[in-house]
Amino acid sequence: MSTATPTRAPHSDVPSGHKSAEGRVGAGLFEPRALVRSLPDAFRKLDPRVMVKSPVMFVVWIGSVLTTVFSLKDPTDWFGWTISAWLWLTVVFANLAEAVAEGRGKAQADTLRKAKTDTVARRLLTDGSEEQVPGTALTIGDLVVCEAGDVIPGDGDVVEGVASVDESAITGESAPVIRESGGDRSAVTGGTKVLSDRIVIKITTKPGETFIDRMISLVEGAARQKTPNEIALNILLASLTIVFLLACATLPPFADHAGTHLTMVVLVALLVCLIPTTIGALLSAIGIAGMDRLVQRNVLAMSGRAVEAAGDVSTLLLDKTGTITLGNRQAAEFVPVSGTTEAEVADAAQLSSLADETPEGRSIVVLAKERYGLRERHQGELAGAEWIEFTAQTRMSGVDVDGRGIRKGATASVIAWVGEQGGTVAADADTAANRISEAGGTPLLVAVRDSRGARVLGVIHLKDVVKDGMRERFEELRRMGIKTVMITGDNPLTAKAIAEEAGVDDFLAEATPEDKMALIKREQAGGKLVAMTGDGTNDAPALAQADVGVAMNTGTSAAKEAGNMVDLDSNPTKLIEIVEIGKQLLITRGALTTFSIANDVAKYFAIIPALFAAVYPGLDKLNIMQLSSPDSAILSAVVFNALIIIALVPLSLKGVRYRPMSADRMLRRNLGIYGIGGLIAPFIGIKIIDLLLSLIPGIG
Amino acid sequence: MGPVLAGVLQLLALIGVLALVYIPFGTYMARVYSSQKHLRVEKWIYKGIGAHPDTEMTWPAYLRAVLAFSAVGVLFLYLLQRLQGVLPGSLGFSSVNPAQSFNTAVSFVTNTNWQSYYGEQTMGHVVQTAGLAVQNFVSAAVGMAVAVALVRGFARSRTGELGNFWSDLVRGTLRILVPVAAIAAVILVACGALQNFSGIHEVGQFMGGTQQWNGGAVASQEAIKEVGTNGGGYFNANSAHPFENPTAFTNLFEVFLILVIPFSLTRTFGVLVGNVRQGYAILATMGAIWLGFTALMMWTEFAHHGPALQAAGGAMEGKEVRFGVGGSSVFAVATTLTSTGAVDSFHSSYTGLGGGLTMLSMMLGEIAPGGTGSGLYGILIMAVIAVFIAGLMVGRTPEYLGKKIGGREMKLAACYILITPALVLVFTAASMALPTPPHSMLNSGAHGFSEVLYAFTSAANNNGSAFAGLNANTDWFNTMTGLAMLLGRFLPMVFVLALAGSLAEQQPVPVTAGTLRTEKPLFTGLLVGAILIITGLTYFPALALGPLAEGLA
Repeated sequence: MSTATPTRAPHSDVPSGHKSAEGRVGAGLFEPRALVRSLPDAFRKLDPRVMVKSPVMFVVWIGSVLTTVFSLKDPTDWFGWTISAWLWLTVVFANLAEAVAEGRGKAQADTLRKAKTDTVARRLLTDGSEEQVPGTALTIGDLVVCEAGDVIPGDGDVVEGVASVDESAITGESAPVIRESGGDRSAVTGGTKVLSDRIVIKITTKPGETFIDRMISLVEGAARQKTPNEIALNILLASLTIVFLLACATLPPFADHAGTHLTMVVLVALLVCLIPTTIGALLSAIGIAGMDRLVQRNVLAMSGRAVEAAGDVSTLLLDKTGTITLGNRQAAEFVPVSGTTEAEVADAAQLSSLADETPEGRSIVVLAKERYGLRERHQGELAGAEWIEFTAQTRMSGVDVDGRGIRKGATASVIAWVGEQGGTVAADADTAANRISEAGGTPLLVAVRDSRGARVLGVIHLKDVVKDGMRERFEELRRMGIKTVMITGDNPLTAKAIAEEAGVDDFLAEATPEDKMALIKREQAGGKLVAMTGDGTNDAPALAQADVGVAMNTGTSAAKEAGNMVDLDSNPTKLIEIVEIGKQLLITRGALTTFSIANDVAKYFAIIPALFAAVYPGLDKLNIMQLSSPDSAILSAVVFNALIIIALVPLSLKGVRYRPMSADRMLRRNLGIYGIGGLIAPFIGIKIIDLLLSLIPGIG
Repeated sequence: MGPVLAGVLQLLALIGVLALVYIPFGTYMARVYSSQKHLRVEKWIYKGIGAHPDTEMTWPAYLRAVLAFSAVGVLFLYLLQRLQGVLPGSLGFSSVNPAQSFNTAVSFVTNTNWQSYYGEQTMGHVVQTAGLAVQNFVSAAVGMAVAVALVRGFARSRTGELGNFWSDLVRGTLRILVPVAAIAAVILVACGALQNFSGIHEVGQFMGGTQQWNGGAVASQEAIKEVGTNGGGYFNANSAHPFENPTAFTNLFEVFLILVIPFSLTRTFGVLVGNVRQGYAILATMGAIWLGFTALMMWTEFAHHGPALQAAGGAMEGKEVRFGVGGSSVFAVATTLTSTGAVDSFHSSYTGLGGGLTMLSMMLGEIAPGGTGSGLYGILIMAVIAVFIAGLMVGRTPEYLGKKIGGREMKLAACYILITPALVLVFTAASMALPTPPHSMLNSGAHGFSEVLYAFTSAANNNGSAFAGLNANTDWFNTMTGLAMLLGRFLPMVFVLALAGSLAEQQPVPVTAGTLRTEKPLFTGLLVGAILIITGLTYFPALALGPLAEGLA
């Protein structure tokens, strides 16, 4: 019946995402117990070969070793021991942050591993016989047979048969999905289970490189590589570390000239306080947590680079069906021709649609009930009725009862039927149908044949229904500087009407894969980064070309291979959330870097007077925090420096609260919180620690 | 009229005139660097040196040209001084010794103009005019050329080409520096500065005894000394000398000359990148720091306690009565916030905090407004760093003027900001730690340390001013400050040009609502904060042991 067959799996109607009070992408779980659980890992990471990967924390590690050695030389120096202890804690806290972030992925990986039990495959030989081989022995191109109850031994495409498959091991979704040979629903994933029927699968990946293997290494972080922005940030942090290293290393001769000697312990303490340890400690945790936030939304990013690129996206290509509109068109209005009433049309439409089980047909029955109070009748209620089911060939449905024939369906089909019955089509039926077409809707005619002959009663207006809240979302995206382009197979007229209703910036009508590709290239030529979703094999080139290509898990293996993310829920609306997660990742990094650098100001005001006020009493004027003693001042700064890492672990895992707004407002807000806040917080924190320390006899 | 009010009025007059010429002069300079036409005299020069002014250069080619030209300059100046004894017009001065010749040659080629000699007692007319004065022009033009190359890096896309160094050098000299300096010299002569080729006069003093007065092409050298942010005085007393800087008016005029090109270059930048508001944002950043420092300087110099100081209306020690505290403070901040280093008063005699301010001004990297050209590229590098940190906070990988700041760009910018602190701190530490160099200090304690710290801060930042008191004419200081000047000038240029090349290859990212708006006041505030915090953090311990220890005592 309907003119546009849905191209999407029914999955696409899943409402978008996991909303929470903290903003859409703010929610990651963090439990304090995770800190304790990850402690052993944090200590294991003290291995210098691991530490060297983070230049800032490696400097702290070396400093800890140095102060410990110097304290060993003078075992009675309680100050040296205390500083050493806190420096080691600083390193452990940094490792802990990373371990906690990784821990969340590990749990997920364990679940996946359970699905990846060693399977026995039934390999199909050329003569048609079968042999039993272990799943690990399969090679690309092998044909295997799976029947109800079998676990699919590897990734592949169905080449024969149709089956329902339980993919809950990967997607967490318990409803089985249909997999069949040919078309866009042929891909099967190793580790999933066939529930019914028999299929023959052609293996497309080597054992060890299957989707589930990749998933395990992704969520575990084993495949994690530093992303471009992370590398650049590391360079900045390393250069700041070198600057402060120079500032501290050149200090002893200056101090000697002033007539005071600086001990190694004090110098290391000063250095560790100044180098950007906060961001250095949390940087990799932020990255892992960003990937993890995607995993929690059932999106697998094949590289961290893609997550970063998501934050930079300036053009979103969104498929109309399933993303912007509900999967199917719905009846919105009954338009009578002259001489009939709306109620008559509604009644006829409802009767003729009872034998139409398509969503469009159902929506007619629902509209008749809602708008005209027509109780839904059941086919059994009308004795002697002959039901005409809707088929794709006739494109009509209806009923013959009590000598009356009622039909509803595509314009051409109904006109033809009326003609056959010797009736005529009223002129205003044609006008109404045209008007609906022009408005982007689909007209269906309702006709009747009774004692007065065959005639058209009226027109049903079927229209695409834009999902709730999409307009607001596009508005938000516009404020974030992201352009939305609706991709549809509809004609330009229809496309324009829907585009206007949904509030997208642009649309691509009658889109072919080539058009899509050309659009992506055009946008990229203008320096824009493009994100899109896709599932069919013909989407694969465009998915590969896009900067962020999200393949639907229901899609073909070619599409999954081409994209750099896979959405296990196959929900195209999630693209918007992916962009937000990318942005949140970058914001968290920037905020903590700013905070870390701003922190240093207060530490100077604590340490410099402590070091030199004895020789230059005037410098005590810099002791604006009025710290109780030089030892306590230095120790307070070191303790603050260590504790702030632990205090910020939850933030680095959850990510900075994010709401769509313009760059200007976002900068103002974050600069206020993390820049100004970063200047002020340590003054308060160090003072409080000093007050506590001064209560300990012998320090104050 | 009280001295405070006089100082404030001078400052306001200065701002007024700078504002007046900003747009026409900045736009003119943009035209100079983008014009397709060559003047006849320029064509002769290109023919003479065998350059093809229309050939575009990639960054390595541009850098090679900068380095080759500067190397020839150093060698020529070195030989000129070494051979002074046998050259005519030497006023009877002998050849200069090797360490000092090296130091002076490097000093003038690097636009530093650190002088470890007494000009009137060491250099004759030929060295002063054919050597030092020539470098005053071309070293400034080199700085502007490199700045313009960086701006082209931002403005161009998908090309590695940064323009032609020879054309930029010749145009900067002939179309900008020469005319401005010529007009300025005439004004200075009209106001009483000296301009002749006279010999040495011996005159009697009021208190008995005699004094030697040199003649020379003083006003012309004075003009380019300020316009090119060079700072090397004809006389040892520099702009405190009445032959160089006769009146309060010439004093203010010289400050104007120091500031006019660096400030106006922000307009040139805005025009060349096709968005003048970006230029205004950089101007606002420079202006805010400059005004803030000037206000602080006036405050610390006027408000200093002590009966003698209060009787004099401020800290008058080491300052000329004809300029007063106000004029001297304005000059001191302008000369240290640019790479000029000319002085009209003795920074060593400023109050402890005032002396610290002159040092901090240089430590900022001379970017507010900085040297001719070097100020612009210095602050653009800081903008890249600030954009990188803050840009992340708007949820995009950072970009400035549509160019992405990725790993490669960050590496180059990070190297740039590392060089000067490394030079200043390492050379100062070595001078303090070794047995002999500290003997050059005239004072002990914090002030003595300030003298050494100031020397290397001045050399590595290519300022050239000195904190009197240090005997820098020793082999150690001549060689080490020479190295600091050389590395402090050309290593940063390597990274600036490499960055320019990298940016020029990129394709620009279009501006959307999600883009960090670098032309808005918020970004200016952020940039000021980033500059102050990053520099402040680097030098805080050293400053605490020098000027802060003295000033807070």
